[in-house]
Amino acid sequence: MPKLIKDGLIVENTWTLIAKPEGEAAAAEVPAGQVIIPVSVWLAQKETLQTRTDIGVWLDSDESAELIGAEANRFPVIGVNFPLFMDGRAFSSARLLRERYGFTGELRAVGNFIRDQLCYLRRCGVNAFAFANPEINLDEAAKSLQDLQEYYQAAVDQPLPLFRRRA
Amino acid sequence: MYIYDEYDNSILRQRVAQFRGQTERFLAGELPPEQFLPLRLQNGLYVQRLAPMLRINVPYGMINSTQIRKLAHIARHYDKGYCHVSTRQNIQYNWPDLTEVPDILSELADVGMHGTQSSGNCIRNTTSDQFAGTAPDEIVDPRPYCEIIRQWSSFHPEFAFLPRKFKIAVTGSTQDRAAVQVHDIGLQILLNEKGEVGFQVYVGGGLGRTPCIGSAIRDFLPEEDLLSYLEAILRVYNLYGRRDNKYKARIKILVRALTPEVFAQKVEAEWQYLKDGYNKLTRDEIERAKGFFTAPAYDTIDNAAAQAAVNAQASESVAFGKWLQRNVREHKVPGYAAVTLSLKPTGVAPGDITDSQLEIIANLADEFSFGEARTTHEQNIVLADVKKTELFTLWQKAKAAGFATPNIGTITDIICCPGGDFCSLANAKSIPIAEAIQRQFEDLDYVYDLGDIDLNISGCMNACGHHHVGHIGILGVDKAGKEFYQVQLGGNASNDASLGDVLGPSFSAEDMPTVIQKLVDVYLANRTAEELFIDTYRRIGAAPFKEKVYAKAN
Repeated sequence: MPKLIKDGLIVENTWTLIAKPEGEAAAAEVPAGQVIIPVSVWLAQKETLQTRTDIGVWLDSDESAELIGAEANRFPVIGVNFPLFMDGRAFSSARLLRERYGFTGELRAVGNFIRDQLCYLRRCGVNAFAFANPEINLDEAAKSLQDLQEYYQAAVDQPLPLFRRRA
Repeated sequence: MYIYDEYDNSILRQRVAQFRGQTERFLAGELPPEQFLPLRLQNGLYVQRLAPMLRINVPYGMINSTQIRKLAHIARHYDKGYCHVSTRQNIQYNWPDLTEVPDILSELADVGMHGTQSSGNCIRNTTSDQFAGTAPDEIVDPRPYCEIIRQWSSFHPEFAFLPRKFKIAVTGSTQDRAAVQVHDIGLQILLNEKGEVGFQVYVGGGLGRTPCIGSAIRDFLPEEDLLSYLEAILRVYNLYGRRDNKYKARIKILVRALTPEVFAQKVEAEWQYLKDGYNKLTRDEIERAKGFFTAPAYDTIDNAAAQAAVNAQASESVAFGKWLQRNVREHKVPGYAAVTLSLKPTGVAPGDITDSQLEIIANLADEFSFGEARTTHEQNIVLADVKKTELFTLWQKAKAAGFATPNIGTITDIICCPGGDFCSLANAKSIPIAEAIQRQFEDLDYVYDLGDIDLNISGCMNACGHHHVGHIGILGVDKAGKEFYQVQLGGNASNDASLGDVLGPSFSAEDMPTVIQKLVDVYLANRTAEELFIDTYRRIGAAPFKEKVYAKAN
């Protein structure tokens, strides 16, 4: 089973990420088991999927956190996707999910982010990192979570900006 | 000046260690070049035509003599003995060795300097008025707010991978010397009728391929809301800015696409969630920041007597008088003056400065200006707090070191990008054009008679030389592999900001000095008494200039 970094540790990935459907979201098949489905599929099939507790959703970089909004906490896991590591919209989406919509579950970066972004992603509320690249050395990557340990700004992991903490 | 505390130092040390690790991984082949690229850019490291280029931040232009000596050491030890003052008030080295960059950054950290976010798609160095704190027309000193923005924007986790680069400028004076209307965000500090400090907020200005004057989206933002409002603007930009085309990715394109009104509504809507959060500035923090920019220990000086003595010296030395006229400005404290050291002698690339000159400037700063200096976006250096009684001695020393050229604000005080001699983006050379124009206008009395003229040169449409806002702007273009130069007239970067109009077909490099001479001739023939070039152009329009420049030889 593939692994991921979660809360700083390397753990088994028990969730399957479902790609965006080629056709209509309403017609996409949602398999049994723990799956993270595209938010479009969730929105199209909410009626039938409501009762399942083993469903997470993922947002692509051009999909707004508002699509999930106040429903966020019904999901055990939400993914934010990086189609390219330079596409930084997921940083804002993550903060919105945590700070505006109060999401407390697993917030997972998925796709093509790089280990050098881990610190910033954690600051934005992401606590799990599932690299698209299977070659990545997770032990090495996890070290990057320690790159920066003091910060100026308010963010999810430290809501008080330094100016409110400076002695 | 702001002094780093243990927090600032530890943040900077962590950053240097992080970049050292990234560089080692890159050199070992573990970090692919395309992934290393944004990381090195966010540490100031470009890959240029001939070698890497390292850009060091000078936050809002403030630098002390210890830092200047460190820059000199780096120029000598790691580079070819010189560096360059950029139009973002930063310092650039053109010949560092990639493997030594972590060591350079480590040495800089020793004096509280860095290249953090001096390049890349992130919030860049905040720029400001080089006469901040000393200008007689100042409403509020902008530097404490610049420092607050520096801290907020440094390593901001949400905004390190924006659609494009992002530049903020702040001015606190009546006369805008920070070009705030041609920045992604421009902040004009104001006082309201109750005497409270706030900001007029401009968004979506900028030069480059699509030059724009910024739109005012807020007339008065209370000072405590500065960071939450900036955060709202940046979030809207990060989420909605275009990412499909780098040429349409700047915030100015988003602001124009949405209209400034709709953009402002989106920002206000976002801000409603943020304004009462922890980013709201506290009185304590504002006062703490202000505490670093208090007046230095000025002497009480009889201004009339000091001025009389200076006038007497000027009457004995014509050269000193000329320097006073162009390079020395009034100061709000009686008996003091602000001095601009010109980095634009003819024959030197505008803004270039050698290691030994840097050391002389550090010594002059210590001797005459409380150990501090400022870099300017016009690519000069300012000693802002000089006693009038010491101007003559300072002038003699500056002259001996080669930066007393009395040309500040004149047609030979050219803003110029590094161009094709250094930059891999450039379509044409800029530095030789600047030199040729300086040679054309060697007669100082003639140059003074022309009054203030901003002449700006860029080697490509990225507009690092700010050609759009030069009264005379020159843009290098490539036509079938040959370098040509397009002329624009009527640009202005100050309060009544405007973008230049293209005059017509471009010219060869050899023609440029004559073309500029003809433009000046038209001005001289048409101006009214005391009228500046820009005002004559605005009054008579482009036609007479076109006629003269494009007239068939007879």
